[in-house]
Amino acid sequence: MNKLAETIGRLGGVNLLPVALAAIAFVLIGAPSSWVTLTVAGLSMGMMVFLMASGLSLVFGLMDVMNFGHSAFISFGAFVAASVLAALGGWLDSDSVLLATAALGLALLAAISFGLAAGLFFETVIIRPVYRDHLRQILITMGALIVSEQVILAVWGGTPFTVPRPSFLDGAWIIGDVSIEIYRVFAFGIGAVVFSGLLLLLNRTRVGLLIRAGVENREMVESLGFKINRLFIGVFMLGSALAALGGAMWAGYETIITPALGGEMMIVVFIVVIIGGLGSIEGTLLGAIIVGLTANYVGYLAPKMALASNMILMMAILMWRPSGLRPAVK
Amino acid sequence: MTQLKDSYGALAVKTSMLFIAGLLLFAPFLFQDVRALEVAARICIFIVLVASYDLLIGYTGIVSFAHTMFFGFGSYGVAISLKQMGPGWDAVALGTFAGVVVSLVIATVIGLISLRVKAIFFAMITLAAASVVLVLASQLSQLTGGEDGITYRAPDLFKTANKLMVDDNGKVVRWFGVKLNGKLAGYYFVFFTSLALFLVMLRITVSPLGTVLKAIRENESRAEAIGYRVVAYRTFVFCLSAVAASLAGSIYAVWLKYTGPDTALSFAIMIDILLMVVIGGMGTMWGAVIGAVLMVIAQYYLRDLMGAASEATASIPLLPELLAPDRWLFWLGIIFILLVYFFPRGIAGTLMTKGART
Repeated sequence: MNKLAETIGRLGGVNLLPVALAAIAFVLIGAPSSWVTLTVAGLSMGMMVFLMASGLSLVFGLMDVMNFGHSAFISFGAFVAASVLAALGGWLDSDSVLLATAALGLALLAAISFGLAAGLFFETVIIRPVYRDHLRQILITMGALIVSEQVILAVWGGTPFTVPRPSFLDGAWIIGDVSIEIYRVFAFGIGAVVFSGLLLLLNRTRVGLLIRAGVENREMVESLGFKINRLFIGVFMLGSALAALGGAMWAGYETIITPALGGEMMIVVFIVVIIGGLGSIEGTLLGAIIVGLTANYVGYLAPKMALASNMILMMAILMWRPSGLRPAVK
Repeated sequence: MTQLKDSYGALAVKTSMLFIAGLLLFAPFLFQDVRALEVAARICIFIVLVASYDLLIGYTGIVSFAHTMFFGFGSYGVAISLKQMGPGWDAVALGTFAGVVVSLVIATVIGLISLRVKAIFFAMITLAAASVVLVLASQLSQLTGGEDGITYRAPDLFKTANKLMVDDNGKVVRWFGVKLNGKLAGYYFVFFTSLALFLVMLRITVSPLGTVLKAIRENESRAEAIGYRVVAYRTFVFCLSAVAASLAGSIYAVWLKYTGPDTALSFAIMIDILLMVVIGGMGTMWGAVIGAVLMVIAQYYLRDLMGAASEATASIPLLPELLAPDRWLFWLGIIFILLVYFFPRGIAGTLMTKGART
């Protein structure tokens, strides 16, 4: 038994969970072609959820601040990107791939810059006065969430909003009898790029070093003379921008969005952050991939269980590891 | 708290309590229209619901987002049993009991798993659990009626056509112009059960248990060091408030004769409870009363006012959108944030420290 544990540990420990999950699902599903489709769908969903969740996890790890209003950034990102795409409808309809790409890029850029600005505003106005007071933090960010949802309802109305997407991302590649939606591959790609970017930022730069040190022990970093508050604003803005980007990607994936989107995704984001362990990017990615895969496999195998499955997964993991799979906060 | 007994603020709060209790007691006679009675019954039930939530957030310092879930268990328990077994007291009793048992089991499981870890974990886990239950309720439509909810008949005593007292001609007796019919019996059922539940909770807060809970809120590790098992106490109070919420849900289901996601489970109710607790004042049972009264009245009557304001400002861009009756949560949210910043003790808490001799 010990030897087995050692071998698993050497091969990657908890990182093997998604692989094990995929293997079990392969046996249960039986048909390789549907398995590939589901796995791709699960991975891309996991990447989009990772975008939304990473900011939340980092902010908590660095400053012990839990932002219950995080889903507002997701909704705003989705709606801002959708509006830009709708406004640039002419570019999307034209045959030129270049114009369509430009429209898509502008939409994502708009979502990101909106996320940055909203993050700055949120951090200074809403969260700054209630550092280190968890109860009031939860209440205030919840209040901010209520207000932002109402603003979305007032600006965009309550009716479903159709998101146009560039034609070159529509459709699917068909290899043999396996069909892979192009948008999913695109979403996976964006997620992978962001993840590697974050890893580089955290592990290879001076700012990243400070962030990691701050997660580990904030007081020590402060006493060494670094202004951790400034660092924190940066991380908060980055997290909000990533959430907005995730929301924008999700809007393109769903193609029809409603103001309830943020709230729905928030539950998934929370589950991901809890499973992965607060404060670590790798943990969040792991949690997101596990949740994405589970959601798709269970949705195929037992559609009725799809929602409860995430909850059961979270309960099981919490009983096994009370602070998540790869926590960074001790 | 002894020094507060002298403060005029506390006196004011307690006088207003008596006033509110009197108004609610004589509500059917004072406000003789259907809508006002509806408002009064809703106030009674929300006082219980908010007070039980205050046990958690105000007295023990635990933030849970699953309170409507327990409320819903109680409501749906009664609704399903009344629907399946037909109107009768046995159905009400069975449904209430089932709701309480389910609430207890779920509260114990959630409590034992997640009350050990940080408060924030607990808030997130309860939020996730509540939303899963909400989705389940709309998916299991053969049992819960899905999005449409369940309509059913209450026990015969509460039928509007039921006559409590008849005069010689066989007509319903009127007292001060109020028909003594089943509707009145229903209201007083709601009023007295709510009052009983509220008094029980009030008693708990001044018992030794209440003192331990406050100690945990103020300093968890010190309470642990004195020898109180914090996890056990937290789990216990979580179960207690879950049971109270579930009972409130059962009463509401009997009164409303309809149970659906919007009346018993939706996240909007959770937000209402949060607003009521914060506006009224965390950590005082009186705050729950004040918050519930203000918010329910605002819910029913403020929207009319906002509709008028929206029309009056129709020429200004965006403002009518924000003043529309549907956007009233926008303003409440802003008030909520301001209250948490500047008056974290809410109306009752702020008033009660006014004029206190320390």
